[in-house]
Amino acid sequence: MTNIQAIKRKSKNKPKQSFEDRVFYIVNDGLLLLAALIVFYPLMYVLSSAFSSPTAVSKGLVVLFPVDFSLKGFEEVFSHKAIVTGFANTIFYTVVGTTVNIIMTVAAAYPLSRRNLPGRRILSFLFTFTMLFNGGLIPSYLLTSKLGLINTRAVMIIPVALNVFNVIICRTFFETTIPEELYEASQIDGISQIRYIVQVVMPLSKAIIAVLVLYYGLGHWNSYFQAFLYISDESKYPLQIVLRDILILNQVNEIIADPLLYQAKQGMAQLLKYSVIVVASVPFMIAYPFVAKYFVKGVMIGAVKG
Amino acid sequence: MNVSTTNEALAISQKVLNAKKRKSLYRRIKLNWELYLIIALPLIWLLIFCYYPMYGVQIAFRKFTPLKGIFGSPWVGLDNFIKFFKSYNFERVVGNTLAISLYDLIAGFPFPIILAILLNNCLKPKFKKFVQIITYMPYFISTVVMVGILIQFLSPKVGVVNHFIRALGGTEIDFMGKPGYFRHIYVWSNIWQGTGWTAIIYLSALSSIDPGLHEAALVDGANRFKRMWHIDLPGILPTIAIMLTLRMGNIMNVGFEKAFLMQNDLNRGASEIISTYVYRTGLAAAAPDYSYSAAIGLFNSIINLVLISIVNYINARINETSLW
Repeated sequence: MTNIQAIKRKSKNKPKQSFEDRVFYIVNDGLLLLAALIVFYPLMYVLSSAFSSPTAVSKGLVVLFPVDFSLKGFEEVFSHKAIVTGFANTIFYTVVGTTVNIIMTVAAAYPLSRRNLPGRRILSFLFTFTMLFNGGLIPSYLLTSKLGLINTRAVMIIPVALNVFNVIICRTFFETTIPEELYEASQIDGISQIRYIVQVVMPLSKAIIAVLVLYYGLGHWNSYFQAFLYISDESKYPLQIVLRDILILNQVNEIIADPLLYQAKQGMAQLLKYSVIVVASVPFMIAYPFVAKYFVKGVMIGAVKG
Repeated sequence: MNVSTTNEALAISQKVLNAKKRKSLYRRIKLNWELYLIIALPLIWLLIFCYYPMYGVQIAFRKFTPLKGIFGSPWVGLDNFIKFFKSYNFERVVGNTLAISLYDLIAGFPFPIILAILLNNCLKPKFKKFVQIITYMPYFISTVVMVGILIQFLSPKVGVVNHFIRALGGTEIDFMGKPGYFRHIYVWSNIWQGTGWTAIIYLSALSSIDPGLHEAALVDGANRFKRMWHIDLPGILPTIAIMLTLRMGNIMNVGFEKAFLMQNDLNRGASEIISTYVYRTGLAAAAPDYSYSAAIGLFNSIINLVLISIVNYINARINETSLW
């Protein structure tokens, strides 16, 4: 990587960059700018609308930047009881769920990474086969209802406690980055395997743990299906279900006869939508750059050895 | 005579060896008891939440009544499958699934590759980083929010797209209400959302290309375009092949969430896919037919299994040939 950059820098510093190359780089960067703009504009539009006034939004005055800058939308979001409850529930599901996920994933991945563990192949097969075939929606639904998990908070955590794909990423990481000598040394020192995992393996695996936390955390944060199927009690609704009610089923604006009032309400409903989109999406967009450096590694391990 | 003694000797040594092996196997199991203890929890979870539903899939071959449960309901063989194959929904649902999936694959596959190559060619590190951050951001948007944004932007009255259409003198279009637009909206919003993220994989493949190749080509006087064409592209060809076959294996596997959330009564003709149909006949129906619905799901799972097996086979061969 650094080598390539060095070459590039060299070729850049050369005063005689050929005409062809100059055209090439201009076209290249132009296309990149175009791609960035296409992705950026809708995001910017949502963001600007969220910070505009209700009338500006309902009249469609927002083009790129906020019009009549206001925080009314966010006030509305945080005074909306269902959203606040949904937010709190989602934070709960995400924190508890991700913690359970990490424990379960490491507990499955570490034994599978020990090459001389008797029965490893059978165990590995049992795990990977579930990626190829599953019982499907109906048998899973009947099982969940049989276990009495319907309409409990546990249904957001226990049935999704493990993702086999992540187990494989994690196992590959252990296999390829934890030196065998450490294990041998720990054996000579006579520490137990559990202590070895907690005190030696885990501290060396921060990169993969960060990746897993992001994968699982994002999964819980954005999870919709599980709650949609199994949760009917509004006090247990996660954010995404509340969002669906507001954004897709349009369940905020009641019908009002007075046209003026109707327009004001309408504007507020539109504004609320943009603000709630921002509030729901921003946390992970902000968190990602902090783990980005681990990410390429994690994605690569998954892609190559998956 | 000689032969038999050696054979005997061999047999004896084999026995000794086996005994040793058994002993060492026993020792190894005993040595690793903690690991079995650790893996027991995920394993039990796996048996309950993955394997028990596989056992329960026999509901597809029975006529399920809640009172008798899965295993007590009468066996009807392939009746549920035949009912599905003969139903007028079969063609529509399978056709929609395939159409969306193939469209998504053909239209969406090149974009991450192009973006990765463009990023790799970029000489300005800050600009490159900026573009990368912008393009992967949509990946973090949830499906609900994504569909919410689509509905909002494409709304005939308040949507920004129709604002533009009106400003240009056109008449507004009800995008979400017309079946003809469904696939385009589905696929192009996927591309918008996923390109930056998928490009990361190609970008790391590009960064592992031997820089010596570029140096040699530079000495030979190859310009940047030629180097891209003759070095970068062939360099990531194995990755492209693997990604393509993986996508092919998932061709019948269109996710439930996005199609379901984008669905409304007006566009159902184009938006009903296998997974949403399973839900509609199974759990959402007033008189749910669990067995019929499970049979459709199983039909889909089996096709997926076959496709993935084929793809795995092809992939193994590609990997072999690409290890030059």
